[in-house]
Parts: sequence; C-alpha cells; structure tokens
Amino acid sequence: MGSAISELPAHRTPLADAAETGLKIVVVGGFGVGKTTLVRSVSEIRPLNTEEVMTEAGVGIDETSGVAAKSTTTVAFDFGRISLNDTMVLYLFGAPGQKRFWFLWDRLFSGTLGAVVLVDTRRMDDSWYAIDRLEHHGTPFVVAVNRFDDDANHHSLDEIRQALALPDHVPMLDCDARVRQSGKDVLITLVDHVYTLATAQEATP
Amino acid sequence: MTRKPVDTGAPDRLYTVTNGRSSVDDTLDLVTLIVAECQPTTGMQSEHSRILTLCRHPTSVVEISAELELPITVVRILLADLLDTGRITARHPPVNPSLPDPALLKEVLHGLRNL
Ligand SMILES: Nc1nc2c(ncn2[C@@H]2O[C@H](COP(=O)(O)OP(=O)(O)O)[C@@H](O)[C@H]2O)c(=O)[nH]1
Ligand SMILES: [Mg+2]
Repeated sequence: MGSAISELPAHRTPLADAAETGLKIVVVGGFGVGKTTLVRSVSEIRPLNTEEVMTEAGVGIDETSGVAAKSTTTVAFDFGRISLNDTMVLYLFGAPGQKRFWFLWDRLFSGTLGAVVLVDTRRMDDSWYAIDRLEHHGTPFVVAVNRFDDDANHHSLDEIRQALALPDHVPMLDCDARVRQSGKDVLITLVDHVYTLATAQEATP
Repeated sequence: MTRKPVDTGAPDRLYTVTNGRSSVDDTLDLVTLIVAECQPTTGMQSEHSRILTLCRHPTSVVEISAELELPITVVRILLADLLDTGRITARHPPVNPSLPDPALLKEVLHGLRNL
C-alpha cells in the first residue's frame, strides 16, 4: 500500500467544518478495468488508499478438531472524495470484485447509496460475480462500460447487456474513466437510478 | 454497543498501538466524520495525538486510516478510546432501512450536477 501514499502532497485538503454527512458509492470491477482512474477523475483529492484486515470465521470446518477454521484476509482499496455542499461529502471506493473479497465488502461497504460496476469488454468475465452479488443483496447499481482505445471489436451496449444477462431495469452507459465529465455522468446516472427506486418504494404503502 | 472480536493484523506494532485490545466499536462507519474536541497533550499516545491534530476539521474514519497508514480496524479501536473519554465526537452517516431517503438523494444529485 505504500506507493500511492508516498506520492501524496504533504498538505491535506480538509473538509468544511460544517461537514456532517458522509455518504458512499462503491466502484467495483476486475483488475485494471479503470476503478482508480475513475475515482481520480472525479475526486477532489488525490486518491488515498488503505486496508482492512479481517478474520473470516467459520470458513471451512476443520473436520478433525471440529473447530471452525479462521483465515485472515487483508483487503486494500482506494478512495476519493467529493464535497457535495457544505454539509454533505461523498466518498467513492474502488474495490476489487473478486469472489474472495466479498465477505469484506458486506461489512466495509454496507450502507452505500449504490454501486458502479465498471466493465472492460475484453474481460467481461470479471463482472459476473459482482453483478450477481449486488443483485442478491438488493444494492442498486449501474453498469458503466469503460471503453479502451485498443478494443478491436466494439460491442454495443445491447450486446453487452445480453452477454451479462443484465435485466432491462439496470441502467447501462459508456464511459471514459479518464474524463471527469464522463465520471460525473456515471455517478449521476447511478444516483438518478437510486432516486427512482427510492421514490417508487416510498409510493408503495 | 456491539463489540466483535477482530483480527488487528500484523502483530507487534498493532498490539502496541491498541494496547492489546482486539475488540472494536462497530458503530464507526468508514465515512463517519470525526471531530476533535480538544488539543493533543504531551505524553499522549502518538496515534491519539495525530488523530486529534487531523480532526481539527471533520475527517472520515477512512481518511484517518489512510493518513496514519493503519488498518481500519486499528483506527476504530483508537477512536473508541478517544470517544470514551470525550476527546472526539462522531458525526454518523444516515442509516438507511433499505433505500436512502429521496430527499437526501435529491441533494446528492444537485451536488453532483453542480460540480
Ligand atoms: N485507454 C484507456 N485507458 C484507461 C482507461 N481507464 C483506465 N485506463 C488505464 O488502464 C490502466 C488501469 O487502470 P486503473 O484505474 O489503475 O484500474 P483498476 O485496477 O481498476 O484501479 C491504467 O493504466 C489507466 O491509465 C480508459 O478509459 N481508456
Ligand atoms: Mg486500482
């Protein structure tokens, strides 16, 4: 975890003193899909990183002793920050989507407004598990396709939706994680989607 | 307050930092904002004094962790000490039963559109 930290400027940009509400959105996807790039392009601070160490209890029971085996996992993740106004601050977390990290997710990222699944069409397989888990948890999400220039076969969003067996109600959009406006559009699409779901739920007695 | 056993990871230093405590206050979210209520004093544990300095302005738990280069779990333990003695206060994020409050989401959208 050292490298990004050592690049940091010596001074920090503090939040406004009136800041009182921290919110979070998670960006998930396979390695190299552009999570950190997306976080960096919309964040008001250079992305920071940190880690969590957790014991996963009861993973596999030791047959001979009958004692639940424990395994310790360290998960590193990076994050950025957007001050929305004087009192509200949104944190964006870039998190690896692999299966082995999900039990950490459940604890670390519970209470998120929603998630962005970042997809690289050259490695679509990486997205399956993340989508599956988000659906299972009922966490609202959007799928953003990060287009890389060297992607020879340009798949349409419809083709990608089919390949991912993504239901129609899940918003999809193209993005370029390097471009701030594009990153903003992804976040707005997500929050818009969550808003629609939340108002629909409110209307249901 | 629920306290769960956790593993604080790499042994010696963390043991020292946390005085061997290995339980943590689960109510401190990654984005809970921490505010110092006093100045660091001499003789104070160095991590505590760094936290008090950082939190002169509101600072999230996850930022404290990144700045101190300590895992979240360890930071939670350090913060619990400071909370217990009233040297910091915590501004908790909203708790959503399922989906967030539409009024809050509207504010978020407004903020994002104005970036
Ligand atoms: N051409 C192109 N390169 C990108 C794009 N997004 C990210 N990259 C590059 O892909 C690499 C991996 O991105 P990174 O954000 O570190 O991926 P992460 O592992 O998901 O955090 C970096 O070298 C980025 O500069 C994009 O939209 N287009
Ligand atoms: Mg990354």
